Amino acid sequence: MIEVNNLSKSFGRKQVLFDISARFMPGDVNMIIGASGTGKSVLMKNIVGLVEPDEGNVVFDGRDFTNGDKQLKRQIRQEIGMLFQGGALFDSQTVEQNVMFPLDMLTKMPMDEKLERVNLMLARVGLENANAKMPSELSGGMKKRGGNARAIVNNSRYLFCDEPNSGLDPQTSILIDNLISEITEEFNITTIVVSHDMNSVMNIGENIIFIREGKKLWEGTNKEIMSASSKDLQEFIFANSLVQALKDKEENQ
Amino acid sequence: MIRAVGRYTLFLKSMFVNRESFATYVKRVFSECVSIGIDSILIVFLVSIFIGAVTGIQTAYNMTYPLVPRSVVAFIVREMDLLELAPTFTAIVFAGKVGSSIASELGTMRITEQVDAIDVMGVNSASYLVLPKILASMITYPVLVIYAIGLGLFGGYLATTLTGELTPVEYISGLRLDFKMYNVFFALLKSFIFAFLISSISSFMGYFTRGGALEVGVASTSAVTNSCIAILCADYLLAQLLL
Repeated sequence: MIEVNNLSKSFGRKQVLFDISARFMPGDVNMIIGASGTGKSVLMKNIVGLVEPDEGNVVFDGRDFTNGDKQLKRQIRQEIGMLFQGGALFDSQTVEQNVMFPLDMLTKMPMDEKLERVNLMLARVGLENANAKMPSELSGGMKKRGGNARAIVNNSRYLFCDEPNSGLDPQTSILIDNLISEITEEFNITTIVVSHDMNSVMNIGENIIFIREGKKLWEGTNKEIMSASSKDLQEFIFANSLVQALKDKEENQ
Repeated sequence: MIRAVGRYTLFLKSMFVNRESFATYVKRVFSECVSIGIDSILIVFLVSIFIGAVTGIQTAYNMTYPLVPRSVVAFIVREMDLLELAPTFTAIVFAGKVGSSIASELGTMRITEQVDAIDVMGVNSASYLVLPKILASMITYPVLVIYAIGLGLFGGYLATTLTGELTPVEYISGLRLDFKMYNVFFALLKSFIFAFLISSISSFMGYFTRGGALEVGVASTSAVTNSCIAILCADYLLAQLLL
């Protein structure tokens, strides 16, 4: 479980996160949603330690990541897998080398074992024959699947996904969503997904927090979200015409 | 300016905190030696041979006093090549080629979140990405400078003997005139320092790039500009202190 306690962050004079607290459960796809520029990605970067919070802390299974020493931070980071918006595969390495990177850096596995693990992960994300391909030869969806394989190859306990569907067609989006959901359940990972895509929220979101202007305004499940009383959340959800149409249809029936 | 120097110093320090295993660096240093050193051989060849040739011709053109032996032309070519042209002029070219390449590579990695991807795994990205580049530069650049010295002298030989300004015997005897081994040491010391400055300043510029493609271009230009300024300042200081 990941606990975020009273987290605040400013950049210069601009405060972007205000006293955010949340709990993210293992085995669930936890989602942070909100419009662009509301601080979702900053919150995620604070949680994974890419940005230091001004106040508050983040606790990974009882271990205080924010205030821990360098050794503890390094240990927790080695248990984190992260899928970035563009996949963030290393341009100078093949898909196989990219996926093997965490094993090369963080383990002392023999080469044949690493190769077996990489092939298993590539098969798991549907990139069986892409070992020798360079990232520049892959489509957007394939890059994200490669990024996903790299994120989980080292038996990560925590998976973070930053806008996993941005720039993808609806079919590939569903594929990536399902992959994240299946991986979370299969490996009992604590997964946090940052998204503004309501289709993803409805498809895979189990625990959801809604952020607006750096403040947490709502928390609940995807079953509760449609009936949430928060006006801001309602505006966010029904900005999507498809969701609005579904709601209208439901009401007419 | 003071702030930038402070950040640069902290950046250098950060490479030595939480380092990775020795084997990781060995492999990466070898691969960087290829891209930084071996890939620069052609440009260094062209620059050195032409600079040597031009220095030879221009010195011969200016040495018209009949009482000065013609072999002094080769002596001047040697001293200029050894003390200044090979280490410093090549450093400017090296900054243009390698410095801009390092800054744009790291800048692109930064804006496409590849650096964050390394950090998030608990790997020290500054150490993993930058340290091998600095080490590879400090290994290969002095070798390139030795190669540049030889080629510069050969360029001077070709230009002065083929045009009839000097005979081969005059040129060779001029090269051997009053030779000081200390000057070779000085040239190599300069090359180590220049290699460190170029690779570390360019890495610093690239590593802290923020924004998009435009900023990567700006970082690349700043890397070359700042490296050149640092080279010229260090060149003056070293000459003042050590000669």
